Amino acid sequence: MSLSVAKLAQPLPVHDRTMSFLTTTPFLGSASSHKLRFIPTVKLFPRSTSSSTVVSVSRVVKDNKLKSSTHLLITKEEGLQVYEDMILGRFFEDMCAQMYYRGKMFGFVHLYNGQEAVSTGFIKLLKKEDSVVSTYRDHVHALSKGVPARAVMSELFGKATGCSRGQGGSMHMFSKEHNVIGGFAFIAEGIPVATGAAFSSKYRREVLKETDCDHVTLAFFGDGTCNNGQFYECLNMAALWKLPIVFVVENNLWAIGMSHLRSTSDPHIWKKGPAFGMPGVHVDGMDVLKVREVAKEAIERARRGEGPTLVECETYRFRGHSLADPDELRDPAEKAHYAGRDPISALKKYMIENKLASEQELKSIEKKIDEVVEEAVAFADASPYPPRSQLLENVFADPKGFGIGPDGKYRCEDPKFTEGTAHV
Amino acid sequence: MATLFQGLGIVTPSFSSSNSFDSNNFLIPSRRSLSERRDGIFVVRSDARVSQTLKTGARKHELLVPNAVATKGGSSVASTSKPGHELLLFEALREGLEEEMERDPCVCVMGEDVGHYGGSYKVTKGLATKFGDLRVLDTPIAENAFTGMGIGAAMTGLRPVVEGMNMGFLLLAFNQISNNCGMLHYTSGGQFKIPIVIRGPGGVGRQLGAEHSQRLESYFQSIPGIQMVACSTPYNAKGLMKAAIRSENPVILFEHVLLYNLKERIPDEEYVLSLEEAEMVRPGEHVTILTYSRMRYHVMQAAKTLVNKGYDPEVIDIRSLKPFDLYTIGNSVKKTHRVLIVEECMRTGGIGASLTAAITENFHDYLDAPIVCLSSQDVPTPYAGTLEEWTVVQPAQIVTAVEQLCQ
Repeated sequence: MSLSVAKLAQPLPVHDRTMSFLTTTPFLGSASSHKLRFIPTVKLFPRSTSSSTVVSVSRVVKDNKLKSSTHLLITKEEGLQVYEDMILGRFFEDMCAQMYYRGKMFGFVHLYNGQEAVSTGFIKLLKKEDSVVSTYRDHVHALSKGVPARAVMSELFGKATGCSRGQGGSMHMFSKEHNVIGGFAFIAEGIPVATGAAFSSKYRREVLKETDCDHVTLAFFGDGTCNNGQFYECLNMAALWKLPIVFVVENNLWAIGMSHLRSTSDPHIWKKGPAFGMPGVHVDGMDVLKVREVAKEAIERARRGEGPTLVECETYRFRGHSLADPDELRDPAEKAHYAGRDPISALKKYMIENKLASEQELKSIEKKIDEVVEEAVAFADASPYPPRSQLLENVFADPKGFGIGPDGKYRCEDPKFTEGTAHV
Repeated sequence: MATLFQGLGIVTPSFSSSNSFDSNNFLIPSRRSLSERRDGIFVVRSDARVSQTLKTGARKHELLVPNAVATKGGSSVASTSKPGHELLLFEALREGLEEEMERDPCVCVMGEDVGHYGGSYKVTKGLATKFGDLRVLDTPIAENAFTGMGIGAAMTGLRPVVEGMNMGFLLLAFNQISNNCGMLHYTSGGQFKIPIVIRGPGGVGRQLGAEHSQRLESYFQSIPGIQMVACSTPYNAKGLMKAAIRSENPVILFEHVLLYNLKERIPDEEYVLSLEEAEMVRPGEHVTILTYSRMRYHVMQAAKTLVNKGYDPEVIDIRSLKPFDLYTIGNSVKKTHRVLIVEECMRTGGIGASLTAAITENFHDYLDAPIVCLSSQDVPTPYAGTLEEWTVVQPAQIVTAVEQLCQ
């Protein structure tokens, strides 16, 4: 199951590269293996304890923590920012559920509850120029990246003021301004696009000689995606060309009703990184501080031009796959187990115990976010629906794509263009 | 877009009655012209140029004259005295690509074997040496991923030209082309543009077997947000390549495996064609024949026979498969009142079917006879040469169809 050092030391280029990781990244400093925190009742494959070259970073983090018990993992300021972002994600999604049941939004709405530590832990470390590529569970990634809650809510309401003008919906959140390159509704299809965004960064630096272009792309996806070919194809390309990208797996153990353990021959997703010559890291995705620690290193690695990293965040969704999912398959004990590890409660506890914040301070953040979300709903509610004239806008960036009509004009030049149908 | 409507009227009538054309002369003539076969794909080395002189000439060389090659003048004009330079279609594509890469550093190429190998049909030969490995990126054999990567690169400021080594391989990237390439501009509310060109060789070749002989136009045509053009001559290949690269829209550029070695004299001066414009190949009075890509040559071969029989067909290479140039097409319909469509696309749901619908909707009152559409058979392209020949429309069928249509 585990890669042996001897095997890695073979003089093949990719292995050489892997070896260099061993010396340059703290992730891979140890040769010990790490026990994954999967559902306790499920027995994983027996793991070889001998000479694994990959180590879960949570181990590293834990070691760091032990070494410097006096050193806090986060400053007060950072802690409050992180807390606020996680609360925003949680409150926003709870509000979405309400609005969905109230008939304000339709279609498939996939909520992020329980996974906030991943979005916040990674995205809050990014610069504005860095890009995020998400999945169908994308509201909170967009929020973390700075897209205003009102724009996201409005999009969900199908209003013209939505971040995609009401043309995208729950699974297609975009913001060019914030470099949210999209929610991608099909499994894995966003990963190649993210790889392309990372390619652009490299291209700008090396071909266009924009030496200050150190932009990083984060690709978020789930455990189910890791059995899709595009995942592997992109791991290969990203490692091959050392693209500035971090592959962030939100392993919430369930692909709708398919258990990760029932669908995956080797459930340790992080181990697939080294197979492609990049570090693979496993981290407790219910602990935002650990996620941040890993994210920091992975993002900086990408920024330094040292290539991609695969990070598996073990997390859990507190709700069904979507609001249409009766969620009958998951064991209540399993749900209870993870509910007890709520990342927001955990951060709150950490901050209060370490005197980084008072109960009162955190309360006031919650109150503030409550207002933000309420305001988002009010804004979305009051916003206009897209007018009919919008229907044919944005089909083509250059409307000449609609072609030349019988009158010899470009169809889009016809004043009645948006009134009729454009048939080709 | 000054050239937009030059399709009509500018064509010199001198050769309108003497089109002569032998399709065998410009197809890759036989296996002897192939220096290498690889995985069932014809690999034509650039040094294995087909030496046969193509019956070109007698065409105008002014900028932007949209008619081209494949028409034979009454006499073979000595090409040496003409301005411009002579090249093969794949070289014309390369010239267009190279010029655009020189003009705009954001233009890059990605695909299988496009770099060091120079492309399986040599369209990108020498570009990696000139522009470097990152601008002419050899990708792993992972069509879905590298097409998606091209889309991501396009969304973030580059202008990638993605080569499908064979158009059929792009079926593996269908989700990326449909959901991302075609839709992202829309679903993002117009925020992201995808100025990508997806191109490659397609169509029925010479006994390449079903998978390498696909007619994918019909598959792609209903994807919203995508433009499709098919080149058919070195002149329009270069002009369309450049236009596709400059377009802000995603464009699929269809090339045909059997047309890469077509030779033509093209202008030395830079020119760009309109992506949305049809090309008048041969003006005529009796019937409008709409065609594109390789079938243009079957049509022109038939046209020769038809002229000898006293018919005067108008031949239009529609070139823009999506959207249709309904102006040029409409003007022709209004003149001839009869339409024959000749395509290599599949019968069901093909380009011809869409074109039939569009003409019926817009020009029904001008039609004196029902539109006739000759498509290739709805079969997986067979390997056997005889069966393969019967799969696509042959010149004799075109002659018969015109005779019936004009009765």
